[in-house]
Amino acid sequence: MNLTMLLDMAVDGFGDRVVIGRKDGGISASRLLEMSVAGAAAIRDAGADSLVYLAVNGPSFPVAMFAAARAGVPLVPVNYRLGTEQLDALLANHPHALGIADPEQVGALEKAGLSVLTPDNWLTLVSEPVPAVTMAEFLEADWSEDEAPAVVIYTSGTTSAPKGVLLRHENLTSYVFGSVEFAGAEAYEAALVSVPPYHIAAVANVITSLYAGRRTMVLERFTPAEWLETARREEITNALVVPTMLSRIVEDSSDKSLPNLRGLAYGGAPMPASVIEKALQMWPEVGFVNAYGLTETSSTVAVLGPEDHRSALESDDPAVRARLGSVGQVVPGIELEIRDAFDEPVGPGVAGSICVRGDQVSAEYAGIGRAVDDRGFFNTRDKGYVDSDGYLYIGGRVDDTIIRGAENIAPAEIEEVLLRHPSVIDAAVVGVPDEEWGQRIEAAVVLRPGSALEVDDLRAYVRETLRGSKTPEKIVYWDELPRTETGKLVRRHVLARLLPDASAVL
Amino acid sequence: MILKVGQTLASTVDATAVIVVRAPKSEVALTCGGVDMIVGKSTGASGDIDPAHRGGSLLGKRYVDDVAELEVLCTKAGDGTLALDGRHLEVKAAKPLPSSD
Repeated sequence: MNLTMLLDMAVDGFGDRVVIGRKDGGISASRLLEMSVAGAAAIRDAGADSLVYLAVNGPSFPVAMFAAARAGVPLVPVNYRLGTEQLDALLANHPHALGIADPEQVGALEKAGLSVLTPDNWLTLVSEPVPAVTMAEFLEADWSEDEAPAVVIYTSGTTSAPKGVLLRHENLTSYVFGSVEFAGAEAYEAALVSVPPYHIAAVANVITSLYAGRRTMVLERFTPAEWLETARREEITNALVVPTMLSRIVEDSSDKSLPNLRGLAYGGAPMPASVIEKALQMWPEVGFVNAYGLTETSSTVAVLGPEDHRSALESDDPAVRARLGSVGQVVPGIELEIRDAFDEPVGPGVAGSICVRGDQVSAEYAGIGRAVDDRGFFNTRDKGYVDSDGYLYIGGRVDDTIIRGAENIAPAEIEEVLLRHPSVIDAAVVGVPDEEWGQRIEAAVVLRPGSALEVDDLRAYVRETLRGSKTPEKIVYWDELPRTETGKLVRRHVLARLLPDASAVL
Repeated sequence: MILKVGQTLASTVDATAVIVVRAPKSEVALTCGGVDMIVGKSTGASGDIDPAHRGGSLLGKRYVDDVAELEVLCTKAGDGTLALDGRHLEVKAAKPLPSSD
C-alpha cells in the first residue's frame, strides 16, 4: 500500500484537471505524477532515506509528498518556527535526508549535514522531463512489502519535547477511503489552505483534496485581509482554518463578503462559541465543519457537520444548542470510548479520557512504538464526554486539569464562560500554586479593542455562571495570549508570566 | 480465499483492480469477469470475460456484498463485473462526509 495509489487514481479519473495552484497555470494531476517521479528519482540519486521539508506551505509541498511516497521514503515536514536547539535535535534524527528549505533555513540543514534545495530549486528540478525508462520503473514499483512510514510529524509539544508520529501509508489511505468520495468535487471547486505543512490538517488536506478532485491553493502567510481577498479573487469554495484565524477574520474591518464559499472547516483547537455564532450569521450560505482529530489519528476522527451547526444555532432546545460546542459524531471506521482514571469505559454524560481505535489511528511514535492498549485503543489525553446522541464534547487536555481544594476544574469550562462576555476575545485559565488550596485559578484575558471592562465586573460575570470556587482569583489583561502557529494555547507560558517570580523560565 | 482489509487484488481477464475496505471473516471467492482475482498487482489480462460478468467496474466506486459484509473500492476500472461467490457486487451509494481538511 502506498499513497501513490491515490495519485494514480486521480490521473486515471481526471488527469487533466488542475489540482494544485491557480486555475490557469496550476499543476494538473498528470503533471503532478510526472513531477513526483522526477522527485523520486532525485531522492534516490541523492541516496536519501527521507525528505525533510522545512518551508512554508506551497506547491512544492504536495510534490514533495508524492515524490517521497514514490521513492518509498518518509516525508518529514518540520516546524519552521522551532528554536535552534529544538530544530537541531529534530534534524539529528534524519542525518541522511534530502532537505527542502526556505532560503533562511538552508543553513540549519547544511549544518546538520543534509543536501538542501530551496522550494523553487526543487520545483525546477522536478519539472525536468523524465526518461521513459525511469517513469516505467517508478510506476511499476510493488509496494506490498514496503515498511517505511509515509509521513513523520513531530507533535506540537506544548507540554513536552516533540515526538515523531509515524503515519503509515495504511493509516492515511484508509482515512481517505473512509471519508472522501473519489472525484466527488466538481471541476470549479477550489480549496484555500492556510495551515502550515507540518500540521496534520495540511497533510490530510493534500490527499483528501486530490482524491476528491478539488484544486487547492495555499495562502502562505495569513492575514485576515489577505485571506478574504484571496478567497474572493480565486473564487474559493472550501477553506480550512484554525480557530484563531476565524476569530481574526470575523473581527476584521475589511470587506467580508465571500460569494463563492460553500464550506469552511476548522479544527486544531477549541472554537469559542461567540466566534462560530458570528461566522454562522455572517455567512448564511456557508456549511461549517468542526473537525476533531490528532496527528496520531491521521486527522479527523469526529465531525460536526453543516446541518448540525445550523440546527444548533436555530434551536430552542438547550441540548441541541449546546452541540455548537461539540465536535460532533465519530467518522465511519472509528470506535470511541470515554474512560475513567482506571481505564474503564464510562457511559454518556460522564467525563473521562477520549480513546479511539481504527485503521486510520497510527498512535505510533518513532523509537517508542504504538501507544495503544491490548484492545488497540489509543488514549488521546483529551478529556471529554459523549451525550446520549453520540455527540462528543472536548473538555481540554487531561493534564491541564486544575485541582483546587480537592476539586477538579477544567480550565476550558472557565475559559468558555469568559469568552461569552462580549468584551472578551481570548482567554486562558491556569492553576497557580497556592499554599492554602493547592492551586488557585488565575486568568489572562484579551479584551476587544476599545472595551473598558473592570476586572471585578468580569469576575462577577463569571461567578454568576460558575460557583465561586471556579471564578478566577485574579484576571490580568494582555494584548495577546501565547499560542503556537496552529493556534494552540501554550498554557505553561501563561502560567510562567503569571507567577510572581518572573525567573520561572519557559 | 480469506480477504484482509487493505489488500489489493487484480482481475486476470481485464484491467480491474480493487482494494479491500471491509473483509468477510470467512473464506470467499472474489471474482472479476467471472474469474478469481489474484492478490497484488495485475500480471496482464488474459483469458475471456464470462458474458454473465461483463458489466464493468468504475474507478473510485465502492462495491459491496452485504450478506458477506464485503466492501471493495475500485482502484482501476475495467470491463469485468465484480462478484462474490457468484453474486454480483452492488455499487454503494455515495454518502460523503463534509470536507473536513
